Amino acid sequence: MHEMAIAQGILEIVADAAANNGAGKVSRIKLQIGQLTAIEPDALRFCFAAMAAGTMAERAELEIEIMPLICRCQDCSRSFAVEAFRLVCPDCGSHRTEITSGRELRVEHLEVE
Amino acid sequence: MEIRVMANILEQNDRIADELKAALGAQGIFALNLLGSPGSGKTTLLENTLAALKDEMNIAVIEGDLFTSKDAERIARQGVPVIQINTGGGCHLDANMVRNALAGLELAALDLIIIENVGNLVCPAEFDIGEDCKVTVLSITEGEDKPLKYPLVFKQAEAVILNKVDLLPYTSFDMEAACEDLSSISPGAALLLVSCRTGEGLLDWYSWLRQRIAQKKTRSQADD
Ligand SMILES: Nc1nc2c(ncn2[C@@H]2O[C@H](COP(=O)(O)OP(=O)(O)OP(=O)(O)O)[C@@H](O)[C@H]2O)c(=O)[nH]1
Ligand SMILES: [Mg+2]
Ligand SMILES: [Zn+2]
Repeated sequence: MHEMAIAQGILEIVADAAANNGAGKVSRIKLQIGQLTAIEPDALRFCFAAMAAGTMAERAELEIEIMPLICRCQDCSRSFAVEAFRLVCPDCGSHRTEITSGRELRVEHLEVE
Repeated sequence: MEIRVMANILEQNDRIADELKAALGAQGIFALNLLGSPGSGKTTLLENTLAALKDEMNIAVIEGDLFTSKDAERIARQGVPVIQINTGGGCHLDANMVRNALAGLELAALDLIIIENVGNLVCPAEFDIGEDCKVTVLSITEGEDKPLKYPLVFKQAEAVILNKVDLLPYTSFDMEAACEDLSSISPGAALLLVSCRTGEGLLDWYSWLRQRIAQKKTRSQADD
């Protein structure tokens, strides 16, 4: 379960940020997880709880915002919400599209005491 | 108190992956990350690829496997250097594991490194391991619904190999639906229909790979 590796990454970021701000306990962690990632939120919560036991983030609540999959067409510049993982431009049919949202794996902010 | 962080959770992995890219790039070595389900035919494809290409270029293989060295033994029989990474149950390779493995290879002599990832359609897709490109193998016995169920591993691939087409007559695999889904998830990816059993489609795969390797060589020589 690679959510273990993800949980560890989160914990390292949180520990650093808390230490840099002289914080004691972390009460809330806000994550942004893209729709096109290989993350299962429940598995991540489970792994994080296991990983955070005994640390300053032990009681932290994980808030997970799922970021929708959005692409931009490189030919006609249109931005579009992707449905059913169809990454082709719905306007001009171009296959040259780039993902502008939906791949995030990010710690957005913490609430600390 | 609220602390704004905005930090990439995989930052550490990505930093090592960038390091590896720079190190391999400096030597003009092309690195391929081979992904796919358990049993899709990654090692068989590798065996064929090595047999076909080892006389025209210098190749090494890194084999990711949960516990065994079975695949590495198959590769060693092809007479190319192979390094085994056992993840001890870990479901994916990460950049640090590959960095450690690379330390065991004579890089100066190499043109191509192929890394067979742990058989899994989910976890490995998220981890950059310093490769130039990912290639995903899907065997037709797995069913045509896999691209939509596991979109990331197909989206990340620059080529998708539909393997075991020799078995098409014995399955209800819907080739049209598979191709349609694959081209909408990963519009730019090459789609290669292959049978490692009969050899069908393998020449197209070798050409695709040769071309990608040549592009990188040209680019790294232009940088010198
Ligand atoms: N019929 C048929 N069988 C194939 C083909 N390619 C591979 N196989 C068989 O599929 C089985 C699994 O192949 P492997 O190459 O070991 O698969 P893998 O993806 O490396 O598997 P893991 O390393 O366990 O994830 C073997 O029995 C192969 O002989 C093919 O094109 N057609
Ligand atoms: Mg294998
Ligand atoms: Zn367009």
